[in-house]
Parts: sequence; structure tokens; C-alpha cells
Amino acid sequence: MSGVLVIAETRRGELREVSLELIGAAREVKDGAGGRLAVAVIGADAEQFAGDLAREGVDEVLTVSAPTEHFEAHVWQRALEGLIESEQPVLVLLGHTIDSLGFAPAVAARAGLGFASDAVKIGWSEGPRACRGAYGDKLQAELEFPGKACTLLTLRPGIFPVATEGGSAPARAVSIDLEGLARTEHVEFVEAGAGDVDITKAEFLLSIGRGIEDKDNIPRFEELAEKFGATLSVSRPIVDAGWMPSARQVGQSGKTVKPRVYLALGISGAVQHLAGMRTADTIIAVNTDPEAPIFGVAHYGAVVDLFAVADELEQALG
Amino acid sequence: MKIVVAVKQVAALDEEFELLEDGTGVDPDFIERDVNEWDTFSLEAALQLRDSAGGEGNEVVAITVGDEESEEGLLSCLAKGADRAVRVWDGALEGADVLAVARALAAVVEREAPELVLCGVQSSDAVTGSTGTALAGYLDLPRVAVVTQLDWDAASSTATVQRELEGGLIEVLRIRAPALLTIQTGINEPRYATLRAIKQAREKPLEVVGLGELGLDPDAVQAAAGSRLVELATPDRGAGAEMLDGSPSAVAARIVEIVRDRMSG
Repeated sequence: MSGVLVIAETRRGELREVSLELIGAAREVKDGAGGRLAVAVIGADAEQFAGDLAREGVDEVLTVSAPTEHFEAHVWQRALEGLIESEQPVLVLLGHTIDSLGFAPAVAARAGLGFASDAVKIGWSEGPRACRGAYGDKLQAELEFPGKACTLLTLRPGIFPVATEGGSAPARAVSIDLEGLARTEHVEFVEAGAGDVDITKAEFLLSIGRGIEDKDNIPRFEELAEKFGATLSVSRPIVDAGWMPSARQVGQSGKTVKPRVYLALGISGAVQHLAGMRTADTIIAVNTDPEAPIFGVAHYGAVVDLFAVADELEQALG
Repeated sequence: MKIVVAVKQVAALDEEFELLEDGTGVDPDFIERDVNEWDTFSLEAALQLRDSAGGEGNEVVAITVGDEESEEGLLSCLAKGADRAVRVWDGALEGADVLAVARALAAVVEREAPELVLCGVQSSDAVTGSTGTALAGYLDLPRVAVVTQLDWDAASSTATVQRELEGGLIEVLRIRAPALLTIQTGINEPRYATLRAIKQAREKPLEVVGLGELGLDPDAVQAAAGSRLVELATPDRGAGAEMLDGSPSAVAARIVEIVRDRMSG
């Protein structure tokens, strides 16, 4: 077994950005893994992505034709199993995405692969190494995969460098029998509600999270945002609790925002939240927990009670 | 209908914590245990399904892999309304990774043979997002990951679910039982247990089983592990944030100053 196999991800006719990050990550460990880098794309429309995936450093693009129009976890599971059997890679990389969560761990479990999810760093030292968060990302665990002929890693999106264009890898169709394997039936795609405001257009977001403690405190922060000339956005727990509509949610499952200023009050910074705001120009975070992950991406931080700061901001802004 | 809910007693770090000297763990004095937040939603979904199902023999079974301390989590599930609980433990599971845990859970689910298995999407400590799907893999069960809405049709044993994709997109799909679903936060409003129910929870069946009783070889479960921990470390947070010190009023004044500066440029 040798080489790296990257599994690209597409959705509704588009190649997802994480696919190119996976190629970028794979290049870093390609030599250790035996020198070959193959990128596979699975889908009814797999061939159409072959050209875009032939990035620098890619040796071959593999296309697997799937019988379902959209992603189907069980079909994709078999496709990946088939690819591992035919290509014999020593390392398989997928995005740590919602689609992958539906089939990658099942493949690793069934085939007895080395496995880690949501890796933020990968390397090679007599075999693959990976770093991932521990204890809610407050610590980082370095992992090895001894005794595993093949290791499957899902990589956190938005961390690894996008592979540059300019490769000339040939494409090859890999035939895997995927007929009759679907065990879910696609009904439809639904776009989440548009809502009253587009937070992705705002230049200044005042964002609130679990730290505001109570629904009754929402109006206060709406007023503070207005006084400050900011648009109010929220983290997931506020939407889960039904206190604000999902159109205001920043994060992986909400909106990705890139305002000039992102002022986070009482948001600890779960991975999924950081994915939606880490590229804001200036991030200011107020949280009582000095170990809160949000301080890892913030430019300015304050370990202080957010209500005390809100009091003072209200006064200062008149 | 019978529903198995797999839950986890998670470990949260205190604000100040210390690593063990060998770098492979945290000093347990600095760890607080609690029920995984995601699992409160999957339990609630199971209880609602059970309560709306007519007829006899409807049951919610909470299961976990963990040492004696994790019984608190099962008791909380029983207090909220689970009918019984099963805890799997063996010394071989100490520090087990996601695949080894899923392997142990699979043996319990196989024994219980439920119509539905519900798991949280992820746990707040390990955040692998993978236990449920690995479990479905071992059992060859159909599954949907990251479910934000669940409608059950008893006549056809079919669930119509919404799967939450990135960027606010939702996929609606159907899946027939037996099946496994991983449940996302916000799908429902988890109930609280009454004081009376918390007391009564200790009267409900809570079974402790070893790997051997489930027909599993502890060595094989350890071998199922997908990874081995080399070292735990405090992550490199890069340059990190410039910390604003002083009173709340001083912090607020600096925030106003920074915002005005950045917004005027």
C-alpha cells in the first residue's frame, strides 16, 4: 500500500472548496506516503470536475460514476471502500464536512482503518501523524496510527492551503458497482429562511452567544447594536433556543461573514462558529473564560463579564 | 417501538488545569463531568417518539460506554424518562478512541435490536462527530447524520428527516427503520427532570455489562481503535489576541476606540 487518496466533495453541481484544501494538505505528506497523489470524485456528474481537480502535485484524477443524482451516504460508503480496495492508498483524506460525517467513520470502522476526524495538522513520521482538538479544542492531541495499513483522516475545512492550479494529471474512470445501494431517498433541498436582514453584508457585527444567559436580555443587545451602528448576529445556541431566527446565525451551518469588525460578546468559539467568522478584519472578543477558543482567533480580547461591559458601552455611546 | 439512545458523560476542563506529567492526559482533579449537550436532544427526540407511539412495549433504553462516574449521565436520562439503562465497561476501554467505543456500543445495540438508534451529532469534549456513523458502520445500519427535524410514520416504519448542510442548506430525505440518526442541537426543547423523578431514577433498571458478557474480546476492542495518543498539548494559538485589561469601563472605552478606528478607515 502506498500513496495518498483524496476524496473531493461536490454539491449540486459545484466543487466544494475543501476539496482543493485536501489536495494542498496531501502535497505536504505525499513524499512520506510513497509519492503518489490521486484525487477521486464520486457522483453522477463526476467527470465534469476532473479538469478542476488536476491541480499541481496531483498525479491522477479518478472518477467514480454514482447512480444517485445527489450525495447518498451508503452509495458513497461503498464507493470509498471500492476505491481503497483498488488503489491501495496508505492515507485517505476527506473534508470534515456534513457529507463525510455520514459515511467516512463507517468505512473506517468496517475496514479497520486508522482513523481521526477534524484534523487540523497532518505530518509524516514513519507513518501518518495528525493533530486534532481535545477537551472541546482547549487542548491539542497528537495522534499516530500504529499497525494500520491504511489511515483515513477528515480534515477541518479552512485550515489547509488551497492547491494551486497548473497540474496536468490524467483522468481515469474507476468502475465500482453502486447499483441498488442507496438506503435513503432524497426528497428535496430547502434553503434556510432568508430572514429580515443579511448579516453577510454588514460591515460591523455585534454578535452574542450563550453568555447572554436569557431570552429577556435579547432586546438589550438589539438596542446596544443599534446605538453602536452594528448589526446583531448570534451563535448557534441562541438559534437553537429559539431566541433569534437562523438568518442571524454565524457559523458552519449558518452564515459565513467577513465584516470589518466582529465584536463577540459571550461566545466561547466552538469550531463551527469560528468557521463562519475567522476571516473578519478585526475580531474583538469578550468572555469570562480565559481559555475560550475565540481568543485564539480574536485580535483583541477581554476576560470580563459581558454585562458589565455592556453597561459601560451603553453609557459611553449615550 | 424500541429506541436506543447512546449517550456520553463528557469531560470539561476547569479554567485552570494541569496536564499529567507523561503528557497523555489531564489531571482528573481539574475535570468536571456532565451529560453531553447533544445527547439531551437525542434523548428528548426518543422520549417524544415513544410517547406518541400507541400500543404496548414502547421503550427508550439509554446506553453508554464509561466508568462508574458516567452512571450520573444514565441516571439523568432515567430521571427524564428513559425506561432503563445499560453501561458497558471494561478496563480495556480506558482512554478508548471513537472506533473502540463504537465497537462496544455496537454489541449492546445488536443485543437490544431496536427500531431506531439515536446519537448526538458529536460530544462537546472529543468532538469527533463520528461515533454514530461508526456504530452504524459496525451494525450495517442505514443512517443519516446531523438531523435537525424528525417525523416518524409508524405505519411504514419510515422517518422523514431534515439533514443540516453547510451554509444554511437543508436536505429532506426518507429512511426506513431499523436505522440510526445523529441528532443536532435545537431539534427540540429538552425537558428537565423533576426532583421526584430524579429520586425515582435510582429505582429504574441500570445494567452494567462487561465486554465478555457481550461476546467481545477486550483485545479485539482495543485493536479496533483507530489511533493512539502520542501527546496532549496546549495548542499554539499563534500571536493570540491583544488582551484589553482594566475595569469594565476601561475595556468598553477601548472597544469603542477600536471600533471607531476600524470603521472610519
